[in-house]
Amino acid sequence: MHPAPSVIIFTSFSGLGFGLLLFLGLGLPSVSGWVAFVFYVIAYALAVGGLLASTFHLGNPQRALKAFTQWKTSWLSREAWLSVAALLVMAVYAFAAVFLDTRLTALGWIGAALSMATVYSTSMIYGQLKTVPRWNQPLTPVHLLTLSIAGGALLAGQMTAAAALLALAAAVQVAHWQVGDSALRESGTTLATATGLGTPGTVRAFEPPHTGTNFLLREFVHVVGRKHSRKLRMIALTLGYGLPVILLIIPGAGHVLGLLAVLFHVAGLVTSRWLFFAEAEHVVGLYYGKRLA
Amino acid sequence: MTQLPATTQKKLGLVIDLDTCVGCHACVISCKGWNTENYGAPLSDMDAYGADPSGTFLNRVHSYEVTPTEGPAQLVHFPKSCLHCEDAPCVTVCPTGASYKRQEDGIVLVNESACIGCSLCAWACPYGARELDALEGVMKKCTLCVDRIYNEHLPEVDRIPSCVRTCPAGARHFGDLGDPDSDVSRLVADRGGMDLMPEQGTKPVNKYLPPRPKQDVSHDMDILAPFLDPVAEDQKGFLGWLDKALERL
Repeated sequence: MHPAPSVIIFTSFSGLGFGLLLFLGLGLPSVSGWVAFVFYVIAYALAVGGLLASTFHLGNPQRALKAFTQWKTSWLSREAWLSVAALLVMAVYAFAAVFLDTRLTALGWIGAALSMATVYSTSMIYGQLKTVPRWNQPLTPVHLLTLSIAGGALLAGQMTAAAALLALAAAVQVAHWQVGDSALRESGTTLATATGLGTPGTVRAFEPPHTGTNFLLREFVHVVGRKHSRKLRMIALTLGYGLPVILLIIPGAGHVLGLLAVLFHVAGLVTSRWLFFAEAEHVVGLYYGKRLA
Repeated sequence: MTQLPATTQKKLGLVIDLDTCVGCHACVISCKGWNTENYGAPLSDMDAYGADPSGTFLNRVHSYEVTPTEGPAQLVHFPKSCLHCEDAPCVTVCPTGASYKRQEDGIVLVNESACIGCSLCAWACPYGARELDALEGVMKKCTLCVDRIYNEHLPEVDRIPSCVRTCPAGARHFGDLGDPDSDVSRLVADRGGMDLMPEQGTKPVNKYLPPRPKQDVSHDMDILAPFLDPVAEDQKGFLGWLDKALERL
């Protein structure tokens, strides 16, 4: 799949933002006044900024409000509803914490649950697609949820929890890669099933239907950079999970090391998300003879 | 609405004969022509006369080489467009309701005035049947020429999809695949019509007829040889003299 910057920014930063809202909603840390204000500004900048970035790749963003109508079947529509619900509930909770110095505990729990539901619906936009076997696995929502929660813990300054959650997210990340690497092969979709020509013998793509490129090749048959995937995976693991964990378990780590851990994590997160898209093989590539399966 | 109808009254679709298709791409061109001038936004081309042309098409013809375990290899031309699936994943993922399947005839269409161009339907389609138009920013797909098949302003012979009307080889057939007695359904039954990517669970309406195995002529390569013998053996006049003179040399 084409790793469009808008979807990488959208999923990475909205995941972080809703992860932070989860911890703020749970009262970890239980903040009020100006400190709370700063936390919520960061959380809303990430969550709303990410959601806005997602509209950049739309062909007709002026009609984006129509995306709220099909929540019965569409995960994208559900995500629209859940994200707005989470942001509104947390806005009331944040207002009470910042200006009234009051913690509306129940509302915080609802906001935290809605934040996680939002991340889950984002993950299901990808996880539901049978056409992309690497994404169509139960670990896809687990992967995006654990990353969001671990990143949220890191931003919320929950040092011990963040270290443990990052280690868990790293394990899920590795498992997602492992399962994903054989997903296309195990999906059973091949050039033979795609063309129905497998029964008499072996099928080979002989001549493509067009001499130039097209929407399908640009969107689904991204192969640039896959050769570096192993190196990039190591970079994502080191920056996104390894270094932050080491920085977090240094005794008496203060704000400076904390900030450093966040910066490393974001760099690793973006690398991981780039790979999430760039490595994903859409089955339409089979028609073009671009898949090894 | 993006909820799929439980059943459709008809299942209009295409039957494509891979044995007959000669790979001339006439269906591609007639499709582009009709659908640029009629239903919905035109199918745009970008950099059409430049170094890197690309454009929106609703129908494309691939070519595959099939090597059987025994016998000669075959070249199979493979036209591919929307299969108007019964369980169309492109419809249910649409967040705006722009993508829908018609209850009356099963045609999958896009309401372009509601399409936000998010491309998720194209992501959900395993066949690459949907292309986002680069100029209009809306999703384009085969309409089964919905503006021809019911169009009473056209002569009756033209009330079939443009690709079917154009195909010079007769490799494309249009009809109701929900009616077991229709011509297309009988053709599918007779010729062992097949689904593409059945494991994806999309239940495509369009069917493909497999190519018949090629006759193995490798043991008898001079099957046409008798026709290649000299036609006139006993020339007369100048040519006869020339023939004899050359023989003597």
